[in-house]
Amino acid sequence: MRAYLPDYQCSSANSLSEAFSFLEKGARPIAGGTDIMVLFDAGLLAPGDYVDILGISELKGITKKRNTLTLGALTTYSEVRQHKFLQTNFPILCESAKEVGAVAIQNRGTLGGNIANASPAADFPPALLVYEAKIHLVSSRGMRTIDYTKFHHGYKESELKKDELIHSVSLENHLSKHHHFWRKIGSRKAQAISKTMMAGVLKINKNVIEEVRISFGSVAPTAVRCTEVEKFLTGCPLNKNTIREAKQILLKDIHPIDDIRSTGKYRLAVSQNVLEEFLCGIG
Amino acid sequence: MKKLALTVNGKKYLLSPHPFSRLLDVLREDLKLTGTKEGCGEGECGACSVMLDGKLVNSCLVPVLQADGKQILTVEGLAKKYLTPIQESFLNCGGAQCGICTPGMLMAAYALNRNNKKPTQQEIREGLGGNLCRCTGYCQIIESVQKVGKTKPSTRKGKSRS
Amino acid sequence: MAWVGKSTLRKEGEKKLRGDAKYIDDITLPNMIYGVTVRSPIARGVLRGIEYLPGVNWSEIVKVTAQDIPGQNYIALIEKDQPYLVETNINHPEEPILLLAHPNKHLLEKAKTLVKFNIDPLPAIFNMAESFAKKEIIWKDDNTFKSYAIDRGDVQAGFKNSKFIFEGTYETGAQEQLYIEPNGVIAIANETEGVTVWGSLQCPYYVHKALMPLFNFPPEKVRVVQAETGGGFGGKEEYPSVISGHAALLSWKSKLPVKMIYDRMEDMSATTKRHPSITKIKAGFDNNKKLLALDIDFTIDGGAYTTLSAVVLSRGTLHAAGPYYSPNVKIRSRALATNTPPHGAFRGFGAPQSLFALEKHMEFCARKLNSNPAIFRKNNLVKKGQLLGCGQWVKEEIKIGSVLEKALTVSGFQEKRKRFLATNKNKVIKKGIGLAVFMHGAGFTGSGETFLSSIASVKATDDGKIEVLTSNTEIGQGTNTIFAQMTADTLKIDPSDVEVVQPDTAHVPNSGPTVASRTCMIVGKLVEQAALDLKEKLFSSQLLNKKHTRKEFLGACKKYIKDVGELKGTSQYKAPPNVIWDEQRYQGDAYGTYAWATYVAEVSVDTRSYTTTVDKFWAVQEVGKVINPTLAKGQIIGGVAQGIGYALYEEVVWKNGKMANARMSNYIMPTTLDVPDIEVHFAEMPYAYGGGGSKGIGELPLDGPAPAILNAMEQALGIELTQIPMTPERLMAKMNENSL
Repeated sequence: MRAYLPDYQCSSANSLSEAFSFLEKGARPIAGGTDIMVLFDAGLLAPGDYVDILGISELKGITKKRNTLTLGALTTYSEVRQHKFLQTNFPILCESAKEVGAVAIQNRGTLGGNIANASPAADFPPALLVYEAKIHLVSSRGMRTIDYTKFHHGYKESELKKDELIHSVSLENHLSKHHHFWRKIGSRKAQAISKTMMAGVLKINKNVIEEVRISFGSVAPTAVRCTEVEKFLTGCPLNKNTIREAKQILLKDIHPIDDIRSTGKYRLAVSQNVLEEFLCGIG
Repeated sequence: MKKLALTVNGKKYLLSPHPFSRLLDVLREDLKLTGTKEGCGEGECGACSVMLDGKLVNSCLVPVLQADGKQILTVEGLAKKYLTPIQESFLNCGGAQCGICTPGMLMAAYALNRNNKKPTQQEIREGLGGNLCRCTGYCQIIESVQKVGKTKPSTRKGKSRS
Repeated sequence: MAWVGKSTLRKEGEKKLRGDAKYIDDITLPNMIYGVTVRSPIARGVLRGIEYLPGVNWSEIVKVTAQDIPGQNYIALIEKDQPYLVETNINHPEEPILLLAHPNKHLLEKAKTLVKFNIDPLPAIFNMAESFAKKEIIWKDDNTFKSYAIDRGDVQAGFKNSKFIFEGTYETGAQEQLYIEPNGVIAIANETEGVTVWGSLQCPYYVHKALMPLFNFPPEKVRVVQAETGGGFGGKEEYPSVISGHAALLSWKSKLPVKMIYDRMEDMSATTKRHPSITKIKAGFDNNKKLLALDIDFTIDGGAYTTLSAVVLSRGTLHAAGPYYSPNVKIRSRALATNTPPHGAFRGFGAPQSLFALEKHMEFCARKLNSNPAIFRKNNLVKKGQLLGCGQWVKEEIKIGSVLEKALTVSGFQEKRKRFLATNKNKVIKKGIGLAVFMHGAGFTGSGETFLSSIASVKATDDGKIEVLTSNTEIGQGTNTIFAQMTADTLKIDPSDVEVVQPDTAHVPNSGPTVASRTCMIVGKLVEQAALDLKEKLFSSQLLNKKHTRKEFLGACKKYIKDVGELKGTSQYKAPPNVIWDEQRYQGDAYGTYAWATYVAEVSVDTRSYTTTVDKFWAVQEVGKVINPTLAKGQIIGGVAQGIGYALYEEVVWKNGKMANARMSNYIMPTTLDVPDIEVHFAEMPYAYGGGGSKGIGELPLDGPAPAILNAMEQALGIELTQIPMTPERLMAKMNENSL
C-alpha cells in the first residue's frame, strides 16, 4: 500500500445533509471504493478529506413509478444485474453490470461511482446514453436534473460540482419494441477493462430503421453517442450497403487512441465490426 | 479517533484504526488474522476476499470505516474443529497448491455456495472469476466446488500443526 | 502398501485451507522495522548524487547505499557482474540505488517519493537487434553473456542433398511469473550472530551463497530459512538473493530485524521475467520429407546482468532441435545484454522459447509440403539408436510415438481438422485444432548434478517420527507430499509418520536448488537412498528383520535411538552410469532422461474481435512413474494455463526498458473464464534413477501450449503466425497483412 495514511482523513455521513456539510468543507465523496481505493493503494489518490457516503439511505434503492424507473446512485452492479424488471426492459444495463470485474467488485461498485469517476472505460455510460437516462444531482442548494448526454464534459471531467452528489438516474420505459444490444471487448473474460464497448437500441419496421441509438465507450475521452451514424441509419433500409456505409461513418463519431491496453487502430476496426455485428443481428 | 465496532468470525472487536485503513490491514495487522492475503492491492486477484455482511468483497478496497457495525467472515472463521465440506473438497481434489490464493478462493466458493447449492460449471467459473490462481489452472478448483459434500467426510480432527 | 502412485492428500494442505500456514508477510518479529528499495528511474547513466527532499524527518530513517556494504558488492551466482546497490553506473530502470528502513511502512512510501537521484544519462539499448549490432557496448566487450555452438554432421552437405528447404523466424516475448505472493523476506544481521534470513524462496542455498561475500561471513554465520512460499515458477529461484541482501543490509545498519515485502507493482517491474527470444530456423528435407539438415540460430535477451542467462540459454539450445532426428545439425545461440531489468528463471528455462520456434517451423514445413502435421512429425521423430539434436544417443525404447497417437485419438484430431476446414467458410468464428510434439530434459543439464553433489538425509526422532532433511522447498508443487510417499514406501511406513523438515540451512544439508523438476527425480531418489541407509543401520544393529511391519520398524527406531544414539541415513548424488557429456563440444548426454509429450489445442477465433478462445486442451505425456496422480495432474493443468497466457494474453509492454503495465489489471493472466477444460493423460515408464521411478513433469506444460495454440489458430485462419503473445492487436495486423 503506497498511501501515507496521515495525509488522508475520512468520515462517514449518514444522511444527505451530513454529507453536504462535509462536501462544503472540501471533502470528496467515496462510495463503493472500487476506483478510489485502487488509486489510494497505488499512492495516486490526492491527499485530503474524504466523506464516506455508502450509508446514505436516500441514495439507495430501485423504484418504479408508472413508466419511470429510478435507480439510486448507490445501487450496486450486483443489484442492477439481478433486478428482474431491468433484465426485461433495460437488458443492456444488466449485461454491462455482469461484465464489470467479478462478483466482489460487483458487490461494491455503484452506479453513481461508475458515472462520477468519469472514466472513458466505465461500463455503465454507454447503456445510459442509449437509454437516454436523466441524471439527478443533489446539493444543499437542492436537486437538479439534466440529460445524461450532457453530463460528461471530457476526460475525467463532468457536470458534477464539488459540493454535489449524484442522487439517482431515471429511465423511461418505452423501448419494448426495440432490439437491445451490448458488446464489451476486453482483454479477458473476467476482471477485464474494455478496449471498446458498444450499446445499441434499434427499432425496425418492414426492414427500414425507424429509430436507432448507438453509443461506444473506451474510444474517445468520454463515452459517446454516435450521432452521425444514427442520423445516417434512421430511415435507411437495413442491408449490406447500409451496414458498410455505417461502418465508414462511425469514423466521424469515435476517435480511439493507443494506450498500454490496446491500439487506436484495433479499437477502431473492432468498433466497426461490433457495429456490423449489431446491425447484422437484427431481423 | 472514532471507535469502530467490527464483528469478525463471530467475535466483537472495538477498534480505533485510522478510518481510511484498508479492512485488509486491520484484519491482518490489528487482529492478527493473517489468513486473508494481499496479492495485488487493486481488487484484481481476490486473495484478500472476505464476506462483509454476507457479501463477497475485496478487503483491500474497503476503507475500514465502511465496515463499522458490520459482520465479517474470513477464512479463519470457516472451519471449527473439522474442515467445512468446501475445504474438505479442496483438499481431496487438489484445489490448493501453493495456498496463497486459497483463502480468497474459499471465500468466493463459500459466497457462491450460499446462494446456489448446485452451481453449473459456468456459474462456478463466473463465481470465481475475480480470484486469480497461478498454480492450478483452475480445473481442480472448479472440480472442488462441484464436488462439495461429495468427497469422503473428514477423518482428521482438531487444528492442524502449523 | 505402495504409496507411490496414490493420490495421498497434500501434507500441508489442511493448514493452508484453514489460513494457518505462515507466509513471510504473516510473520512479525519483536522490534521489527520495514525496509524499501529506491530505484533508478532511467535505463542507463552515471549516478552523481542523492538528494533527500524535505517532507519527512530524514534523521529517523535508516539509509543504506553501496558505501555501507560491509563485504563485497556483487550478487554471487554465475558472474560477479550485478551489484546489490549501484555504486556509480546504472544499467537498467528499477536498479536498486538506495535502501530505507523505518518502523512505519507508510512513512517509507512517502519518503521514497522525496528521494532525488542526480544522474547523467547515457544512451541505452532495449532490444536484441541493437545489442547484437553493438549500438552501445553495455556489457564487457561485446554485449554477449554467453554463446554456444553445436555442430553435428555436415549441415552444408545436408542442405545440398535436400529436396526441400524452408526458413522461418520466430519470436517470443517476456513473461512475468506472477506468483500470487510477491517476493518478501525478513532479515537479522549483526557482527555477533551473523545473518539470518526468512523468506519466500525456492533455493535456500542460493541465498546462502550470495550472503556470504556480501558480509564477508563464513558459511556458518549465514542462515537461510524458507517460509511457506506462495508460488515461485522460477521467479523465486535467484531473485530472493537480491531482496535478502537488501533486507540484511538494512538490518546490519539499523541493528533491528527488517521486513521487506514488495508490492505487486514493484514485484512486476523490478524482478526477473522469462527471456524474450528470436529464433531463425532453416530445415532441409529429402524426397520422403525426412529431415536432412537443421540450422538453428537462437538468441535470448538477458537484460542488464548475467543472472542465470547462461544456463537458460543452454537449456534452450539443447532443446532447440526438439524430439526429431536430423543427421546434420548446426546450432548457434547467444544471450545478449540490454538495458532492461535482468531476465531470469521461469518454468521451462529457455526450452519453451526454442521449442515454440521449432514446433511452429515444423508446422510451416508440413503445410509447405502438403503433409498432415501429425504424420509429418511422426515421420521425423527420433527413435532408439538415433541421435537427438544435442548429440545424445537414444539408448532405450521411447514412447513418443504412442504418446502422439494417444493425443490424436483422445482429441479426435484428424476428424476435427477435416471438419473445421469444411465448416469454417463464411463463419465469423472460426475453429481450429493444432498440436505440438516435444520433450523436456529432466534435471540439471550435462554435468550439473555431478558438480552439485547434492546430499539428503533421513532421520528418526525420539517421538517416533521420520524426518526428511533436504533443502528442497515446497512451493505448491507437492515436495512435502511426494517425499513422504517415497519415504513411506522405502521404509514400509505410513506417509503420516514422515515429517518433511522446513528447509533451514542451519539444519538441512544442501540437496541443491528447487528447479528443473530435480526435486522429485534427483532429490527424491536421494531421499529414498538416505532412507535405505537409515534402514541398513537398523539391519546391521540387528534391531530389525528384513521382513518387517510398520510397527516393528518404528519400534526399532526408538530402540536404536535409546541404545545407540542418533539414527540418520544420508546419501549423496552419483551420476547414473554411461551418461557422458562433452562440455567442450557441447554435445552428448545432455540429460539423464527426457519426458515426452504431445499437446493438442482446440480454439475458436472471433474474426470480428480478433480474440482467441481455447475451447479444449489435451496434454498427453510420458513422465516416468507418476508419484501422486492428483498433484501431477495439478502440475500439468497449472502449467498449461500459464502456457495459454504465454501464447495469447501475457504481454509485457516495454517503455525505455521499463515495464509499463506492471499491474495485475494491465498484465493479463488468464482467469477461470479463460482457461478451458484441460484433459491430462499420463503414459508411464518408470525411470530407474528417479525418485519412485519419476522423471520431471513441471516444465513440460510450458513447452507445448504456445505452439499448439498458434498451430490451431493457423488452421482456423489459414495464415502464418510466428510470434507470441498473439494478442488480438497483433492478430489483426497479421490478418490485414495477409488480406492485402
